[in-house]
Order: sequence, then structure tokens, then C-alpha cells
Amino acid sequence: MATDFKIGKATRLAYGETLVELGKRNPNIIVLDADLSKSTMANRFQAAFPDRFFNIGIAEANMVSIAAGLAASGKIPFASSFATFLMSKGFDQMRQSVAYPGLNVKLCGSHSGISIGEDGPSQMGIEDVALACALPGFTVVVPADEIAMRQLLPQIAEHKGPVYIRTSRPKAAIIYDERTTITLGKAHIMRQGTDITIAAMGLMVAEALKAADLLQKEGVSARVVDFHTVKPIDQVMAEQCARETEAILVVEEHLLDGGLGSILARAVAKSFPVKMDFIGLEDYAESGTPDQLLDRYGLRARHIFLKANNLLGS
Amino acid sequence: MTELTHLKLIANTIRQDIVQMIAKAKSGHPGGSLSAVEMITALYFGGILKHDPQNTGWEDRDRFILSKGHAAPVLYAALAEAGYIEKKLLNSLRQLGSPLQGHPDKRKLSVLEASTGSLGQGISIGIGMALAAKMDRKPWQVFALIGDGESDEGQIWESAFFAGHHQLDNLNVILDFNGFQLDDSTKHILDLNPIKEKWLAAKWHVIEIDGHDMRAALYALNEAKVHRGSPSIIIAHTVKGKGISFMENNNKFHGSAPNEEELQQALAELQLQRTKLEKEN
Repeated sequence: MATDFKIGKATRLAYGETLVELGKRNPNIIVLDADLSKSTMANRFQAAFPDRFFNIGIAEANMVSIAAGLAASGKIPFASSFATFLMSKGFDQMRQSVAYPGLNVKLCGSHSGISIGEDGPSQMGIEDVALACALPGFTVVVPADEIAMRQLLPQIAEHKGPVYIRTSRPKAAIIYDERTTITLGKAHIMRQGTDITIAAMGLMVAEALKAADLLQKEGVSARVVDFHTVKPIDQVMAEQCARETEAILVVEEHLLDGGLGSILARAVAKSFPVKMDFIGLEDYAESGTPDQLLDRYGLRARHIFLKANNLLGS
Repeated sequence: MTELTHLKLIANTIRQDIVQMIAKAKSGHPGGSLSAVEMITALYFGGILKHDPQNTGWEDRDRFILSKGHAAPVLYAALAEAGYIEKKLLNSLRQLGSPLQGHPDKRKLSVLEASTGSLGQGISIGIGMALAAKMDRKPWQVFALIGDGESDEGQIWESAFFAGHHQLDNLNVILDFNGFQLDDSTKHILDLNPIKEKWLAAKWHVIEIDGHDMRAALYALNEAKVHRGSPSIIIAHTVKGKGISFMENNNKFHGSAPNEEELQQALAELQLQRTKLEKEN
């Protein structure tokens, strides 16, 4: 089957490893972490470049403003923590120290969504994309697998301006081919289809591809698109999918309010309105294994399959 | 004219500019701007801050961050006095289209080192700059001015612990301890004392002065700048609304503008102080 994916590295590990490669090429890259570097994988950079790594301590607000000061002095800081701590505790600093003056700060939130598992809701970043997208000038990127991370992170480092990068805890299915070109700001068609578009980000892209297989068996041709750049949204792709398929189903491991679904809905509404539906989270989850949680909270291929059928039948 | 008298006259001019621009704007924060006048004057005009108004992008300039952004008028007045901006621009404070925003905005006024207004972030931004200077082995230093009310913010203490731990001796903070925040006295809202001990415990070099004593301000800023092995903080004990009798320790003028009558009285008082300074000389 097309969706018999090999399990690769977690996107957080690909983040840490790619940072090391970027660090070799650019001495201005500085990495900061708030005492979670063994989890965000920023410690890979620390091991390679100890003089360009700062562990700020458990002080996310301080970290974000320090990153702003570094950027104002010509450095390219990458600051990481868990998505929820970084965005929630560093938000005012992202707003005033980073977004308002438009500084070149890169922020990475790991442990996004519910797939972190047993640690439970206090550690799950499920509002992070909404918060990041609310900041003027921010680019928001959610790489779906290690290959996407390896391709997108160098572009993020080259991009002048603030960027939020979202990573996941579990190992991610490899859904891209090494030879594919993935471009920051351009959504990627993973699989062509004519009846419905399934738009997704992060780990949900693999689930969407599996759902497309299930739909195929029922004679439904589903297009799957990876909207890895949530902001600025690929308006051209949004309109193209709306024109070329009958409906659009958005799937995200994030709260429905303010996430990919609401952003894509705006893009579709203003260009070529079609039927849409949305799969995502509506409340805080609970502890459990990642698999149990994805089952329990409706983020599996079979849930996508059912919703897609309903949407087309409605 | 002595150097001290020269600086005191500049301070007097800055005070006049502060009350005039806030009166013209019909809004703003005179109290916390007036309390910081001597420290800002000593910093910018006393040979402490290495800067060049003719070369604003000079990489080796010292950086100054006004962390308590609501005191923007004192900074704008100093920038005008130094020649970064034209004096007449001060009349546009807070008006639509003006680079002189209600709180400092680096995008609108590029000579600013940071955008501030949400309290607590200035030292942290300064830490980022100080780390960059250290990594590049550059001699420039960072100065930041914070308030005592602002010190309620948790981020102030996050940054204090970090800079102390990392011995960032190219970072210098001025604490404008004027005793008031918006709602009431800082002693009443959230007593910060013993303040010196808090900064000592955070491993900072602490200097405590009368923040309106120009000679003490110069000595303290110089001491902070040459001190090695730890960041320095100058606890400047000041009077909110300093220099204008009816504004001193009167928290009505934390965030409201003088009316025309009050402005004329303030200017008359400042002119008297100026005449006295010139006679003494």
C-alpha cells in the first residue's frame, strides 16, 4: 500500500540535528533553551557548539526577550521549549520584544498536540499555533516528518523575520521522499485527488494519507495537502483545492479555534467557498499512551475517512 | 561653566521639554519621566554612554534600553538634546503619524534600541545584547533603566538571576526608585525592600545613590561601567515628578498631563531653577 510508511525520527530530533548542520555553516546561529534541551533536542547543538548555546533556566519569558536582544545585535537565535510553555509563558515577550519591532527570532515549540501521551494536558501544546498565528509578521511552520524538517529549517534560518516552528514528540512516519523539494510558504500536494481535499499539518498528514487509501477503496478520490506553513497560508493552493475538489476537510492536532482549520477557512471563504469540515481538538485531553489518545480524541485515519464520507454525502 | 552646572542646565532643559510635550499631547506620564532626568542626563551627556548622533548605526556604540517605556518623554527629550531628532519633533508626541509613540517603538523611531511599554522586558533584551557583545569580543556595553513599580514583574527577577549567574559585567541597570506606581506607593502595593539585598543576592554589584545628585550619578554610572566580574545596578532613589513642586510625590501626575495653567506654573518654576543655576556659576 502507498501508506505503508517507514517510521522515522521524531521531528524534534530532526530539529536538533538540523540545527547542528546549520550551526556549522553559519556562526551567527545561537541556540537557547529553557531547561528542556534534552526533550526539545536542542542539546544536540549544545554538544556541538557549547559556546553558542545558552540554557536560560526555567524562565521562558526571559528566554524570548534575550533572543530578541541577540537578534537586535545581528545574531540568529533559535529558542526552544515545550510548545505550551514557550507560547503561553513567552507570549507577551514574543509580542513586544519580537513581533512589534519585527526581529529575526526563531522559536521552536516541541511536544505539541496530544501525542506526547502520559505526561497529560498540562504539558500538551494545543493552543500554540493559534497564538503564534495571532502575531503580526510571524511565519508559522509545522514540519510533518524528518525530511520536511531537514528541508524547511535551512529556509527558516535564511528567512528574515520571526518564525515559530512546531515539533512533535513521537517518531514520525516518513511521508516525503528525500528528493522532493519542499518550499517554505508553499503547501505541498502529497497525493492527487479530485473529489475531496484533506488538508493537514504535522503528524496528521500521515493519517490523512492513510484515510485517502481507505477512501480510494470506496471509490472516492481524495487529494492530500500538507499545509506545513500555516502562516502565511498558501492562498493559491487553498483556492486551487477549492476549485478542483468538491469539499475540503482540515485535520489538525490542535484546538479547532484559531488553528489551521480556521485559517484555511478564511482563505477558502474569500476566494472560492466550498463545503468544509474540521477535525481537531475541542478541549484538554488526558493522560494515556499516544495511540490511545489519538484513538480516543478522533485523530485517526478512520475518523478522517468517516468525516470525509459525511462531508461528501451532506 | 563647570561640567556639573552644564549637566544641570541640560537636565533643566529636558524637564522643560518633558512638561511641554506632555501638555501639548494632553496625555503622557510626567511623574516617572521627571524622576529619571538626572540619571538620563548623566548617562547621555556626562560621557558615560559611548554614542554618536551623527553615526546612529555605529556598531560599537553602547546600547540604552528604556525598560519602563512609559517614561518615553525623558528619552525623547534626551535624543532631541543630543541631536538624534529635531527639537520641534517633540511637539508631535503621541500624535497620529508621529515617530514619537506613546511608548518607545523601534519600528517608528529607528534610533531606539528596543520597543518597550509592557513592563519587565528591558533587562532581558539587554542580556541578549550583552551576550552578543561578549561572543563577538566587542567592548560596547548595555544600559537599561527600570522602575521600582516595574520590579513587581517576575521577568525582572528572571533576568536578574541570569545576568548575575553569568557575570555579565557589560550590563548595567539603573533602577529609578521613585516610590510610586500607578495605583499607589510601591511600599503600599508591593514593598520591594530590602531592595539592595535582593540584587546583592542575585550576585550583582550594587550602587545606591540619591538619583537627583548629578555628581553622584556620574560617579555611579562610571563605577558601574568599569566594574568587572558582575553586572551592576544603580539604585537611584528619586522623587516622582521631581523639579515641579505640585507634581513631586503627587501620583495624580503618574499618567496625566498638566493643563495650560499648570504648564505655565511648571515652566515658571523651571525657569527660576535655571536662573539660580546660571547665577551660581
